[in-house]
Amino acid sequence: MKHTKILIGAALIALVCFFAIAADHIDAPAIAGGTSDITDIYGFQAQDTDNIVFVANVQGLISPANTAQAAFDENVLFEFNIDNNGDAVEDLVIQAIPRDGKMYFFGPTTPSQNGLNSTILTSATTNSVDITTYGSGAIIEANNGMQFFAGPRDDPFFMDFARYGEIIGGTATSFNNPGTDTFEGTNVLSIAVELPKTMVGNGNSVNLWVEAKRKQ
Amino acid sequence: MIATILSFTAYNCSNDDDSGNNDPMQQIPLDFSGTYIQEDQMGRPAINTVFVDMADKSMFNMTVPSDQNAAFQNKFQTKLEALNPAHTDPMYTNALGFNAEEFTTALATDVLTVSLTGTTTFFDGTNVLTGRALGDDVISTELLLIFGGPAGTDNPGLTDDNVDANDKPFLSTFPYLASPW
Repeated sequence: MKHTKILIGAALIALVCFFAIAADHIDAPAIAGGTSDITDIYGFQAQDTDNIVFVANVQGLISPANTAQAAFDENVLFEFNIDNNGDAVEDLVIQAIPRDGKMYFFGPTTPSQNGLNSTILTSATTNSVDITTYGSGAIIEANNGMQFFAGPRDDPFFMDFARYGEIIGGTATSFNNPGTDTFEGTNVLSIAVELPKTMVGNGNSVNLWVEAKRKQ
Repeated sequence: MIATILSFTAYNCSNDDDSGNNDPMQQIPLDFSGTYIQEDQMGRPAINTVFVDMADKSMFNMTVPSDQNAAFQNKFQTKLEALNPAHTDPMYTNALGFNAEEFTTALATDVLTVSLTGTTTFFDGTNVLTGRALGDDVISTELLLIFGGPAGTDNPGLTDDNVDANDKPFLSTFPYLASPW
């Protein structure tokens, strides 16, 4: 009977809002599918265990046929926020913004202000990498102990989202086995940075989140 | 005039190669002026998608993490209790030993904790919430914590979507992400 209760509750939720596509793909109507829509972020130890890797993926569910046309928006700044003292306030940021076929990176550096508004920190350490075009090998820029990439990649996210929607919508009671990956064969635009752990913090961990900010 | 044309040509060429120039500000006067205002943000996977009501989704994206617990923990708890009504009992816990209030308190501040000292994974059977690697089955982990109860055995049809891996293998070196389809 637990399932019945769950489904009644879930159906009520579904009436108000059919769940948007996970993980954060198309999460809010104001930005759904637009150039500022972050789909997923990742933070993991690099092959060189002295380094850490941060990844932000944006503009999800790009079909192979549409990938060559997919582009970063020069009016949208992506900001990796790093809290290294546990208060959920950014102590360092790495900013990424495209200009004329290149992705420019500023930082990591202390932001000039915290919160929802940013200016680009052009006096910080600056790097750039050519944005890899669809069908070309990944272009990597290595500088200042860091590595940079920007361009289309396979979406690493996987989930039977369609079945999840049916469960939440009350037309199914459980997942299929095996499930079907709704994101199979789709691409995203990726921004990836690898850098020494010592550049982001000297404690046991950092807190990471990524923001998309549009030029006013 | 010739100098202008030459410099313009050089400018165009520089955009098409991977020159390795590490100080582009010295060469190309690009416009990075202005104020950029937030539209989206993300920490842990699927938090906004699963726990935030449609009417609040943009507000969640515009609430700085340090303010999210005060603004959203109660709403997250209500959502969790709707998804798995067993969580209305404060003695009921998930596999982390968290009841609804404790679990949603942990989730409402939507930042991804990333270890600097070792294994980085959302959940690998041993380590919990020490990062997010590309291959982590984050959705099944979240389903298990939402629906699975203290032993992970409640609601067995809802605790795993049975999609356990990506559709392409990842690379062992930077940028780690697989080439596009």
